Amino acid sequence: MPIEIMFAIFKKELRAYFISPIGYVYTGIFLAAAALICAYTTIQQASYDTTTYFQYMIFTFIILIPLLTMRLFAEERKMRTEQLLMTAPVTLTGMVVGKYLAALTLFVSSVLVSCINFFPLFSYAITEKKAAAVGVHVGPVFGQIVGCLLGVILIGACFIAVGLFISALTENQLAAAVLSVAAIAFMILVGIFNHFIGSNFITSVLDWISVLSRFDKFAYGLFDFSALLYYISISGVFLFLTVRIYDKRRWG
Amino acid sequence: MIKIDHLVKHYGANCAVDDISFEIARGEIVGFLGPNGAGKSTTMNILAGYLSSTAGRVMIDDLNVLDEPLEVKRRIGYLPEQPPLYPDMTVEEYLIFVYNLKGCTFNRTKHLEEICDVVKIKDVYKRVIRNLSKGYRQRVGIAQALIGNPPVIIFDEPTVGLDPKQIIEIRNLIRTLGKDHTVILSTHILQEVQAVCDRIIIINKGKVVADELTENINRVIDGNHRYRVKICGPQREVMSMLNARSDISFVESLPDRDGDAYAYLVESAPNVDMRKSLFFALAQKGWAMIGMEPLGMSLEDVFISIVDKTNELGKGKKPGKNRRLRGAALEQDLAQSIIDATAEQQKNIAPYEGEE
Repeated sequence: MPIEIMFAIFKKELRAYFISPIGYVYTGIFLAAAALICAYTTIQQASYDTTTYFQYMIFTFIILIPLLTMRLFAEERKMRTEQLLMTAPVTLTGMVVGKYLAALTLFVSSVLVSCINFFPLFSYAITEKKAAAVGVHVGPVFGQIVGCLLGVILIGACFIAVGLFISALTENQLAAAVLSVAAIAFMILVGIFNHFIGSNFITSVLDWISVLSRFDKFAYGLFDFSALLYYISISGVFLFLTVRIYDKRRWG
Repeated sequence: MIKIDHLVKHYGANCAVDDISFEIARGEIVGFLGPNGAGKSTTMNILAGYLSSTAGRVMIDDLNVLDEPLEVKRRIGYLPEQPPLYPDMTVEEYLIFVYNLKGCTFNRTKHLEEICDVVKIKDVYKRVIRNLSKGYRQRVGIAQALIGNPPVIIFDEPTVGLDPKQIIEIRNLIRTLGKDHTVILSTHILQEVQAVCDRIIIINKGKVVADELTENINRVIDGNHRYRVKICGPQREVMSMLNARSDISFVESLPDRDGDAYAYLVESAPNVDMRKSLFFALAQKGWAMIGMEPLGMSLEDVFISIVDKTNELGKGKKPGKNRRLRGAALEQDLAQSIIDATAEQQKNIAPYEGEE
């Protein structure tokens, strides 16, 4: 029974993205940005290496993921509709997970749709292959693409959990968006800037926070189980904190 | 059906609900009254499971809200103060969402159709909630509470924003619901409580200050005969003559004048109709009675007296010291008797030994 009710929340959230313009804005910007980045990092550079494409894609999440998450709880609180959800026969966890999965579903679908960007690469590779020597690999590496896709999706899942958590903190969507942008930017940039810090200790701590440092292995096409666990636990922790916020508010 | 046991709710240092206890039987319609900020909405929110209590116990159908929240929530339909509507959805989408959210297993189309018939929102079924008038939104909110046919229905100010015709319709609806549901409603409109509820619970400053059957209150109110009489004649002599009469229990001279007539407030002794004899007695003296108008005691007066009295009690003043001029004696007494009876009743409720 609770699963069905969670599904009702999931469905409602997914629909809500496309009743309001947010879903279209997000999908449109994401697909356009992904296509541009793909054209710039591969075709224009005459390269089959897709790692840079995925790395740049992660930067678009700074703006795009908050679009997905900012309204999830903030709007509910402002419109007082959370009273409906919290008096429905569903646990807080069910409510939070239902919303999380809705955002995750839209995100994952958009990432999968953006795979059409690889068509030009593969079709170009077919023509080039004929001219190349036998036994030489020409074209994008399939394993690398799959690994990067997985990595990007896991990172996005983390960011969505962070955004969801921040949305639960405030009833102002704009505040939720700005805070989420800041939080996600921090999580990304900390991995870049810690190379400039002399102290080994700080570097290793920041490295632990950085979501990007774990992305590298996926980029090699390696399946890193510890990274998988890392991303899933980060998401889990933020979902748990969101549930705790609601629980605390109920007792407040 | 519903049992509230020494319920306490603190918001930080602020105590919103301070040791409230009462029981509500199946099929009872109970009206919650109280000034703003008295703790009505908080109590209702706790009942509906939106908030948790600081201490005390809430049992619905012998289920503890804390132990089995989901089972309890399934038994409750709740309309909060502000109807929880999604403005971007159509009425249809919204009701289907609520239907799924409550995990109902009826025939959906039929169930929703019945509810729409009952609250009369069929003609806006396909419209977007954002564009509906306040009255329709309120009715969609009521419809939402009825979905799933819960045995307990909680309405927080259900008739706010409705026009007079709709108010009567909703009252009739509530009365119909009361036949096989337990209904709790809060309101500021006292006639509403009188018209709809079997029982009235008045809450002030987080405490139950009055808990009485509506018919008992009505009986006392109806049994009261009070008149505003205008008499042409010397004020002092008229007063002493009225005071001397045995069929009049209370006289007070009122400040307003009408030509050479003075106005008096006259209360007849219980179960005596003194109007005729008073008329002839005045005629004999040569004083003309140019007006006699019955002053009903209303629930409003009683309510205000109860709230005033309990406020004074809180401040440590002696109750009844600053009686208002309009001969408020009777409703003061009634208020006091209700307060005393309720206090006695509350005292008899055994303390709740809850495991924290």
